Amino acid sequence: MSIDRQSHLRRLEAESIRIIREVAAEFSNPVMLYSIGKDSSVMLHLAMKAFYPSKPPFPLLHIDTTWKFREMIRFRDETAARLGLDLIVHTNREGVAQGLTPFTHGASTYTHVMKTEALKAALTAHGFDAAFGGARRDEEKSRAKERVFSFRTATHAWDPKNQRPELWQLFNARVNKGESIRAFPLSNWTELDIWQYILAQRIPIVPLYFAAPRPVVERNGMLVMVDDDRLPLKSGEVPEIRRVRFRTLGCYPLTAAMESDATTLEEIVREMLIARTSERQGRLIDHDEAGSMEKKKREGYF
Amino acid sequence: MNASDTAAALASDVPAALEGAAFSAYLAAQERKSLLRFLTCGSVDDGKSTLIGRLLYDTKLIFEDHLTTLARDSRKHGTTGEEVDLALLLDGLEAEREQGITIDVAYRFFTTERRKFIVADTPGHEQYTRNMATGASTSDLAVLLVDARHGLATQTRRHSFIVSLLGIRHVVLAINKIDLIGFDAARFRAIEAEYAAFARGFGFSSLIAVPISARYGDNVTGRSDRTPWYEGPTLLEHLETIEVEESRAGRPFRMPVQWVNRPNLDFRGFSGTIASGTVRPGDTLVVTKSGKSSTVARIVTYDGDLAAASAGDAVTLTLADEIDVSRGDLLSAATARPDVADQFAAHVIWMGEEPLYPGRSYLLKCASRTVTASVTELKHKIDVNTFETLAAKELRLNEVAVCNLALSEPIAFDAYRDNRETGGFILIDRFTNATVAAGMIAFGLRRAANVHWQALDVGKEAHARQKGQKPAVLWFTGLSGSGKSTIANIVEKKLHALGRHTFILDGDNVRHGLNRDLGFTEADRVENIRRVGEVARLFVDAGLIVLVSFISPFKAERRMARERLADGEFIEIHVDTPIEECERRDVKGLYAKARQGKLKNFTGIDSPYEPPEAPEIHLSTTGRAAEDMADEIIASLRERGFIG
Ligand SMILES: Nc1nc2c(ncn2[C@@H]2O[C@H](COP(=O)(O)OP(=O)(O)O)[C@@H](O)[C@H]2O)c(=O)[nH]1
Repeated sequence: MSIDRQSHLRRLEAESIRIIREVAAEFSNPVMLYSIGKDSSVMLHLAMKAFYPSKPPFPLLHIDTTWKFREMIRFRDETAARLGLDLIVHTNREGVAQGLTPFTHGASTYTHVMKTEALKAALTAHGFDAAFGGARRDEEKSRAKERVFSFRTATHAWDPKNQRPELWQLFNARVNKGESIRAFPLSNWTELDIWQYILAQRIPIVPLYFAAPRPVVERNGMLVMVDDDRLPLKSGEVPEIRRVRFRTLGCYPLTAAMESDATTLEEIVREMLIARTSERQGRLIDHDEAGSMEKKKREGYF
Repeated sequence: MNASDTAAALASDVPAALEGAAFSAYLAAQERKSLLRFLTCGSVDDGKSTLIGRLLYDTKLIFEDHLTTLARDSRKHGTTGEEVDLALLLDGLEAEREQGITIDVAYRFFTTERRKFIVADTPGHEQYTRNMATGASTSDLAVLLVDARHGLATQTRRHSFIVSLLGIRHVVLAINKIDLIGFDAARFRAIEAEYAAFARGFGFSSLIAVPISARYGDNVTGRSDRTPWYEGPTLLEHLETIEVEESRAGRPFRMPVQWVNRPNLDFRGFSGTIASGTVRPGDTLVVTKSGKSSTVARIVTYDGDLAAASAGDAVTLTLADEIDVSRGDLLSAATARPDVADQFAAHVIWMGEEPLYPGRSYLLKCASRTVTASVTELKHKIDVNTFETLAAKELRLNEVAVCNLALSEPIAFDAYRDNRETGGFILIDRFTNATVAAGMIAFGLRRAANVHWQALDVGKEAHARQKGQKPAVLWFTGLSGSGKSTIANIVEKKLHALGRHTFILDGDNVRHGLNRDLGFTEADRVENIRRVGEVARLFVDAGLIVLVSFISPFKAERRMARERLADGEFIEIHVDTPIEECERRDVKGLYAKARQGKLKNFTGIDSPYEPPEAPEIHLSTTGRAAEDMADEIIASLRERGFIG
């Protein structure tokens, strides 16, 4: 399906391409955070467009917590190979050595150490002065005020009171040594835009987004997929095969599946339109207090 | 289809009922939706948050779990008792929630059958001109809220002014809380008429007033039966149908080059987003700054070459000839070129915590080009409430002024009213890297174009050669009483004895003459140093070794003086004496006066001193003789090749 030149999707696409090019032109060592999810897939697709016929002049970085769905990892490696891009995979080895898992330490400690800390360590180790993230302003309340170029201190902290005003499309890319910018090219996209764009452009996404029979257990009203034998089953829990798909992807023990029959993009979009719950419900981590996302961001989470 | 049907269509009913081909057609229709960006502004409590909450709520973007969270938050912070407080959908950051005010720009999204909307939600609080300007800069329309009970407020005037300053051409006056005035048609008409009269001067291209109740939904997305006297569209109908794209595509072609695309030796393309106009292969374009021209060979995109591209499209152009083009250049239609100048007049909105001082140098980013710039003249401030013009020496946070700016090199630009993309700029502080101003170019100053440098027959080289020396500036900086002048005097004697041609500039011979008109406010200090820097530079052109002995407390001005000279010509000497010692010496009795409050803005007491971070020479004076330190400077000059 081709997109009308004047349509909102074309406008969003052009705006994102402009942001991606600006980062590549202004910073000396940018990197694109690649989380393998649908938003990352769109962001990567836009980066391929932005520099065509050149390749994007920056590597991809994936923070691997070792608890991602196996299909995600396969898709990640295939994608990098297919597009001929550099992929950096970083894991917090110390956390792994300490036996940190989503079960032993609780979702938020685990996320903090294996994602936030790992990300900061990777950014520091490579000296990246800009990092693209696929966050959208419509995802969550505290994101609505996020800048497209979000300034981070040398310790990767985000200070909501100390962000630069952003006028027109004139992004201030000045940072001192050690400081950095997180750039969000998808700021103005909504979840619906993302799906419509994937549909219109036929962008490959991880098969987990499509419904298929998968082994799951039900916990606190959420369906958790038994992706491998590391998931500790509680007494009485027996994995059963259900037709499920995922609206967001992350660490499999922390990501809820939904029952669905949607096996094509059209069907996903249709389900999306009649959705009764918003996507972050699928991420158990955000079910803390209101404002939890803001706290995480201050600490350097994306 | 009316507005509430539209909203319903987006949620369950219509798509669920559609199958197969019909659903594909539905999706295709979605993709032809256009995009409208607008901002909302109003004073605190006019109901802005409630209105946006209402729009989001009615258009069903708010999904069920958002509503669950909402129900929980309302009990904690809500101001509407048992009812759901729509305003709570919006406040994002914890701190604001506690203070109960919105203090930053937030972006919201909703969509209907016809359009996708991006709303810049900007706070109505007194000091936040900065936020409003930010929100307005990307918007095509403004919804101005007024409380029907109070009518037009001071803020309404201010918001209208900023909206117009930022080039918004379409305004909706949303007269809210119409329920609280008993849906009174006469009152509505009176406010509408008063505003129309007031806004005439702004020349908005569309302006309508809508009577609404954000809280109960009247005339927001659905027509109210409580205002039978109102015949206009609902707010949402108006937003869905208004035409705002003032055919940027029909204007002269402009594309700032963002990135030079060179995958291999056979391909050289120029990537950017078209700011205005339309381009086709075969069109002649000029690189405005150099005046070089070529024709467009291809319009390259990932989705294939295009036969034409226009405003808003992100493309890569290749040219028929190998001409010099780099990031920051502006590709333009050969037949309608932008202005090129190194000076222009502009409206500036100051957004920095520290005031703007004329003469201080900043980075200026306009389209994809960044240069250094300074304000050469603050012509006048504009009171945003009364639109009065006021004389000013400095510009503070949230103030607006008309200024002349001078740039380090010429740039290509258009007037902001003709082109927002090539006529808007930001100023960046060179030390904090903060974005300190938004600017809108009014016109280029011809002066710049006409005053060509005199090609001098006897140049700097010749002057220096005749004197048989390498000219330089020895810039002594330090607190009052630190020993700058004493040391500078000894150094000059020694240089003189060595047969060098020198000259000293210090407070005594400059403050009494050239800078007689300047006092000691920050603005005057900046100007003081700027002039001294300029004089020093002229003397360097004359071949002299200039010794400048000024407190020069600010890094920015010392840097400016340094940048006026060639590499290696500026030697910064920090005469570093602890303030306690300077105060103990107090040769001129100035510290005593300052302590008694008889002398204002005294460096080290009630005005800051910013020590150099990496001076060429650093003199810790404690326990050292001036003579000895002067010798150290002479030795250093010898090392640097200034004396044989
Ligand atoms: N009666 C009535 N109250 C309203 C209306 N719109 C807003 N309010 C109330 O006015 C107060 C301030 O509204 P809010 O949206 O927070 O104002 P803001 O400061 O402009 O965002 C709240 O108590 C709202 O419930 C309206 O149309 N009618």
